[in-house]
Amino acid sequence: MGEFRMPSLGADMVAGTLTEWYKHPGDQVHRGDIIAAVDTDKGEIDIEAFEDGVLERVVVGEGEKVPVGAVLALIRAAEEPGTVSAAPPAAPPAPAPAPTQAPARAEPSLPASEKRVRVSPLARRLAAERGVDLTAIRGSGPGGAIRVQDVEAATPVAEAAAPVAEGRQDRMRRAIAAAMARSKREIPHFYLATTLDFGVAQAWLAEWNAGHSPTERLLPAVLLLKATALALREYPELNARWENDRVIPAGEINVGVATYLRGGGLVVPALHQVDRRSLPELMRDLRDAVQRARSGNLRSSDLADGTITVTSLGERGADTVLGVIYPPQTAVVGFGAIVERPWAVAGAVGVRPVLTASLAADHRASDGRQGAAFLAAVSQLLQSPERL
Amino acid sequence: MRLTYREAVRTGLTQALASDPRVFLMGEDVGRYGGAYAASKGLLEQFGPDRVRDTPLSESGFVGAGIGAALGGLRPIVEVMTVNFSLLALDQIVNGAATLRHMSGGQLSVPLVIRMATGAGRQVAAQHSHSLEGWYAHVPGIKVVAPATPHDARWMLPAALREPDPVVIFEHAILYPEEGEVGDEPGPLPLFSACIRRAGRDLTLIAHGGSVGKTLAAAERLAGDGIEAEVIDLRSLRPLDGETILSSVRRTHRAVLVDEGWRSGSLAAEVSARIMEGAFYELDAPVARVCSVEVPIPYPKHLEDAALPDAERICAAARDLVGATAGARR
Amino acid sequence: MVPAEATAAAPPVPDQATARTWLGQMLLIRRFEEKAAELYSAGKIRGFLHLSIGEEAVSVGAVGALAADDNIVSTYREHGHALVRGLPPGAVMAELFGKANGSSRGRGGSMHIFDAGRRFFGGNAIVAGGLPLAVGLALADRMQHRPAITACFFGDGAVAEGEFHESLNLAALWKLPVLFLCENNYYAMGTALARHQAETDISRKGVAYRIASAAVDGMDVTAVADAVRAAVARIRSGGEPFLLECRTYRFRAHSMYDPELYRDRAEVDEWKRRDPITLFTDRLAREGVLGEGEIEQLDRSAHSATEAAVAFAEAGGWEPVEDLAKDVYTEAGNAPDVP
Repeated sequence: MGEFRMPSLGADMVAGTLTEWYKHPGDQVHRGDIIAAVDTDKGEIDIEAFEDGVLERVVVGEGEKVPVGAVLALIRAAEEPGTVSAAPPAAPPAPAPAPTQAPARAEPSLPASEKRVRVSPLARRLAAERGVDLTAIRGSGPGGAIRVQDVEAATPVAEAAAPVAEGRQDRMRRAIAAAMARSKREIPHFYLATTLDFGVAQAWLAEWNAGHSPTERLLPAVLLLKATALALREYPELNARWENDRVIPAGEINVGVATYLRGGGLVVPALHQVDRRSLPELMRDLRDAVQRARSGNLRSSDLADGTITVTSLGERGADTVLGVIYPPQTAVVGFGAIVERPWAVAGAVGVRPVLTASLAADHRASDGRQGAAFLAAVSQLLQSPERL
Repeated sequence: MRLTYREAVRTGLTQALASDPRVFLMGEDVGRYGGAYAASKGLLEQFGPDRVRDTPLSESGFVGAGIGAALGGLRPIVEVMTVNFSLLALDQIVNGAATLRHMSGGQLSVPLVIRMATGAGRQVAAQHSHSLEGWYAHVPGIKVVAPATPHDARWMLPAALREPDPVVIFEHAILYPEEGEVGDEPGPLPLFSACIRRAGRDLTLIAHGGSVGKTLAAAERLAGDGIEAEVIDLRSLRPLDGETILSSVRRTHRAVLVDEGWRSGSLAAEVSARIMEGAFYELDAPVARVCSVEVPIPYPKHLEDAALPDAERICAAARDLVGATAGARR
Repeated sequence: MVPAEATAAAPPVPDQATARTWLGQMLLIRRFEEKAAELYSAGKIRGFLHLSIGEEAVSVGAVGALAADDNIVSTYREHGHALVRGLPPGAVMAELFGKANGSSRGRGGSMHIFDAGRRFFGGNAIVAGGLPLAVGLALADRMQHRPAITACFFGDGAVAEGEFHESLNLAALWKLPVLFLCENNYYAMGTALARHQAETDISRKGVAYRIASAAVDGMDVTAVADAVRAAVARIRSGGEPFLLECRTYRFRAHSMYDPELYRDRAEVDEWKRRDPITLFTDRLAREGVLGEGEIEQLDRSAHSATEAAVAFAEAGGWEPVEDLAKDVYTEAGNAPDVP
């Protein structure tokens, strides 16, 4: 059994905090695979496996800080016999993952008079709602108890059957799929884009950051979020829900920030009342939300409260992002990469940092005129970054 | 700011003493010794012997004196070294602090904060390893909280001092050296609310104090098996935040309660009953409990470990509950 | 237990006005409690009812010697303390009835009479439970530089409790202005002093804690008043606690439901010969301070005050059941700030 240890990534590294496991017990790993992320005094670093095999057991959980050399996980070489389990050796064998293979529990033999059908309260309620005959169902729970999935399985609903043994990634992919499909099915999108001069903003940022410690420095994203939120005050139909054939302005401006997760997938935690937050506060909110998103610690309010979405693929090199609206919101704003381009200012051509801001909006809630004016307002606001 | 739980408690005490002249700290060895768990180290030098007051080993006497001082207009923080010794002061807490307001027809209030260490896990044998916070949570008239993180250890104290009624704060002894992030402000959570430490949708794990860490570790392991456990830190044991508990169970349909107290008559029993009362028709499996084995906590490590809830037992209970078909219905 | 005759010469009788006050208060307690016993038998008062008949001189002599700012911590046999402190007899009687116009809105009953404004902190029904509270009240006064002292009543039974010893030690160690007032009626419920204490001279218990102590004839109101005045003066000037043992006797049972198997009728009769009211009235008459007519007049006043108190209690309403859970906790923003 190979021991996967906390690596020494520098002479001055004494310990690291395991922040994320990318591989889980039972996963195949190959030499060179990135299997975990570790936070060190110098920042977060992906660490790799040095052998082939199957991740047998995770010893150090996410969030734990351990010294260099500590065993993080056990990797079973391909030819070793497996112990099957994802659990520590002392634990009882873990249950099999597939729903179709109901566990072969010994059914206690009861006298006929006591053969009462055992039904969970939730299953009983659902069965009543759907008019399912419980005596016709075979339960998959302990002692043959009927659980909610047994009732669901017996109900002819239109939903596609869930894929077998899905993981967190699969579930997230499916959630994204459902939301985006619904959006494209129901929402008539229209798209607008404008390229704007980011020069003044960039110079202002450079000056701010020079005068502040690394923890207080601001990212361009913060200016973009604040400008978006301030501009939205004038265009409530973009910061709204479409419900029952009418537009319902959201009131607060809570901007969901599309956040890509390391292992794949995407979540959109909301920053609250962005138009009322100072830039340093917003920076803190953003850092906090992204960190919690990546560590899987989002609160339900993070995910439910967004009133508009901002997506930025600039860091990944795309110039223009044309987004898909996250229902029931009515707009998504996209920001592309900040790139240097020839740019005419006062009749002369110079090289300026520019960026393309885009808007995808729900045509039921707003029209192109408002959209264009909104983008112009964002651009205008970014020309006076000190006022954001 | 990263602080140990111990430093967080000390920071809270320092700020409380510095900001309100009515506040004083009293208890066994809080002054010259610096606190049995070093939570008050250095405070005697800073605030003097009147406000960081060493007491004789007279738990009933000085807890009662704390009640009297609160009646007399002060805001005492009484440290009872551990919950084990607090049994000598139960009369004052249960017959006194908890009853005075009601029994006087609302004429008196007792703005008293009592802090005590609780819990097992340090091989200190039966008489130093009790987890009796459930007993206190049984008693109307007092409020009971259990900070599980340095942040809560820092900020629950000033919030408790703002309460007009007695508040008992339980600090699990294994937490003192634990490090964690402590914010500059208490944050949006009210003192008497639970919080979701980890979101999940397959089942809800409910713990408090020293069990929260074990429970989060268990949730992490379960995630490896594809079981997404939600972890609730109760934070407040009286009042209980039923809404957070019930809304989570209504989503996950399953609950495992983790409590270092003994199972019979435990706080876990109370939470379980609340779930039955408020979410019975949402349950898809019986509520399960992982509590301490019903023995006086023994000294040798292997026996002590076997007596206490751990991540393994929590995982086993969770797997039992979710069964082989986790996630299948979604 | 045989009544001790006064060992020292009794202090001189007070002036006429004081004599009238003291006698009036003793008579009020006596008539009030006799009426309470009657109403208990009639079912108007329930629960536990502990009467202090026979012990009135202690209530009157001790409470009368305190200042209005001083704190009082009392026991479950506290009707006398409360009445002398100035709680309206009607509010006390209504509390015995459990009515909403009682001093604790009926929540406490006979054993839990409180009056925050008069600094009367109960009515504690746990033997010795009030002593630590008194230490804390005195600590608060000391730390806030207030001149008040705290008088703490307890019985001889409390002396066996750990809280007695813890509190004496704390008060002495921290030099706190507490007057520990032991009402020694020679019985802890039904257990005679000699059957529960190795050292039956309670005033000597202070020695181990370096607390100045004295014992006084608790049947003689002038002696109690004198001793308490001296003790209070000493506490105020020296800032240290004092233990005063008042030797007294209850003429009635421990509580209403008590066949008194533990003491002889003869012993009770012996003590009744030293009834504090009789002792005082005899002396006042003998020394010509108050005439027969005046004494009778005071007794009529005590009767009529008692009748008025009963009428007040009868007229009171019951706390609505909807308010059952009120005052378990302070409602937000409604915390009384007792200084």
